[in-house]
Amino acid sequence: MDALYQEIILDHYRNPVGKGLREPHEAEVHHVNPTCGDEITLRVHLAGDGEDARIEDISYDNQGCSISQASASVMYELLLHHTVAEALATHEQFLALMNSATDGSAADEEVLGDALAFSGVAKYPARVKCALLSWMAWKDAVSQALAHGGAR
Amino acid sequence: MTLLDPALRADFPILSRTVRGGKPLVYLDTAATSQKPVAVLEAEREFYEQRNAAVHRGAHFLAEQATDAFESARSIIAGFVGGRPQELVFTRNATESLNLVTHAFSSATAKHAHGAPLPEGAERFVLRPGDEVVVTEMEHHANLVPWQELCDMTGAVLRWIGLTDDGRLDLADLDVITERTRVVSFVHQSNILGTINPVAPIVARAREVGALVVLDACQSVPHVPVDVHALGVDLVAFSGHKMLGPTGVGCLWGRAEVLASMPPFNTGGSMIAVVTMERSTFADPPQRFEAGTPNVAQAIGLAAAVQYLDKLGMPAVAAHEHTLTEYALAALADAPGVRIIGPSTAEDRGGAISFAVDGLHPHDVGQVLDDEGIAVRVGHHCAWPTCRRYGVPATTRASVGLYNQPADIDALVVGVRRAQRFFGVA
Ligand SMILES: Cc1ncc(COP(=O)(O)O)c(C=O)c1O
Repeated sequence: MDALYQEIILDHYRNPVGKGLREPHEAEVHHVNPTCGDEITLRVHLAGDGEDARIEDISYDNQGCSISQASASVMYELLLHHTVAEALATHEQFLALMNSATDGSAADEEVLGDALAFSGVAKYPARVKCALLSWMAWKDAVSQALAHGGAR
Repeated sequence: MTLLDPALRADFPILSRTVRGGKPLVYLDTAATSQKPVAVLEAEREFYEQRNAAVHRGAHFLAEQATDAFESARSIIAGFVGGRPQELVFTRNATESLNLVTHAFSSATAKHAHGAPLPEGAERFVLRPGDEVVVTEMEHHANLVPWQELCDMTGAVLRWIGLTDDGRLDLADLDVITERTRVVSFVHQSNILGTINPVAPIVARAREVGALVVLDACQSVPHVPVDVHALGVDLVAFSGHKMLGPTGVGCLWGRAEVLASMPPFNTGGSMIAVVTMERSTFADPPQRFEAGTPNVAQAIGLAAAVQYLDKLGMPAVAAHEHTLTEYALAALADAPGVRIIGPSTAEDRGGAISFAVDGLHPHDVGQVLDDEGIAVRVGHHCAWPTCRRYGVPATTRASVGLYNQPADIDALVVGVRRAQRFFGVA
């Protein structure tokens, strides 16, 4: 249990960073976890074009368990001000960390920072979706923003 | 004390296993699925070892024995709910039973439009735009989504009976049942609120307007005595796995003349009367609704489950669970920061108890309980609109079965307290 709920997770859960919906944004998505009803509305604001675009803001409003709330907050800190290409690479590493088949061992610790605190989640398959909810929403929002050429 | 003998726990091998690093299992998730007594496992095994053959086909010795065993399972299960064997259709689960019913409407409606042959009396299954279907706001998705689909296919309109703040049907809403209502389908005992709904006033109102009545008895047949004829409804759905039986078998009981007027569901082998290249005619119920090779071993396992329940006696099972429900409601009412979602007293209420813990998400409550070896369900329990009605995204649900004892409830209350301390909310 302590391996699942590491202090970093509990801290982010109690004091989420970046929470709240803000302007401007180029895309907004709404994702739900249909097995438990957890929800997130997430917006991205990018500067520039394509994968070189810089992430100026990720704003979100969510309801859910400690894992899903903390995950959104950690993701905000980790991806903000990076380029889309860098953020997508981090996204991929987070997915690797959540891979129960390898117990997350294939993930690159360097780029994950605080997100490594979620390593315990891979052992609880039922919770992996909670941890991934905000990350999946972010990826969806970014691809919509880029597809619509909305980034300035 | 009206509790059953705790020694019966020995009949359920899984209850003696440990989980999560040696913790004894505290199983409080019977509303999701029940555990199985040895008698059920043995019945299936005995069938496969001694009598396995295709039923209703061929005339060899084993085929006869297998058919006998299958049909006698049907009689035993039908009798358990007060029905006759020819009124009991085997399905995969309650979800399929309910889909069989909504399919009868969509199929009759489509065939009627083309003048295709329909069984006598099938008119009652033909829907026209503006016709209405009535459900309640406490339905399991299994008794909501198929009706929504049916309405989309036929132009009928879905209406529902709302809920009171204390988790009961708002009977003031009974007037949503009108002359336009063609069918009323409702849950007997809610899997999320625990509420046992009053059948008589709903049936009476439906009869006044000539509507068909369907009952989702998934959570009542396993827990209280049910007599389908006495209830006065037309069709009743339930699942084997929630009543000590195997997965893969469910039932649809139907009043004989109602079943007879329904067009088939799945079609193919075993459900026909005569087949030519041009068209087919269909067998009488229940075979009409059992296309393909049936779930024979599962039906036999379910019959063994029913015999197990009968030996204990359903009144004794109901009294046991009522006592546990009273005990659990009192214990949770005393727990600070815990709020019951559903009726707060055990009156007309079963042992599926949903609650919210202030400041904690159900997933986190469930995780701490799981760490203690306590199995509960967290989420919306396939009753998402009901959660919305009570302003919660999800709930933690503890549900009791005949093998639970007050000590399981004590463990639950201690576990909830531990979750509150772990997350610093108490
Ligand atoms: C009230 C109710 N109806 C229907 C169902 C569906 O049962 P099954 O999943 O066995 O088809 C359930 C099971 O969760 C239930 O509790």
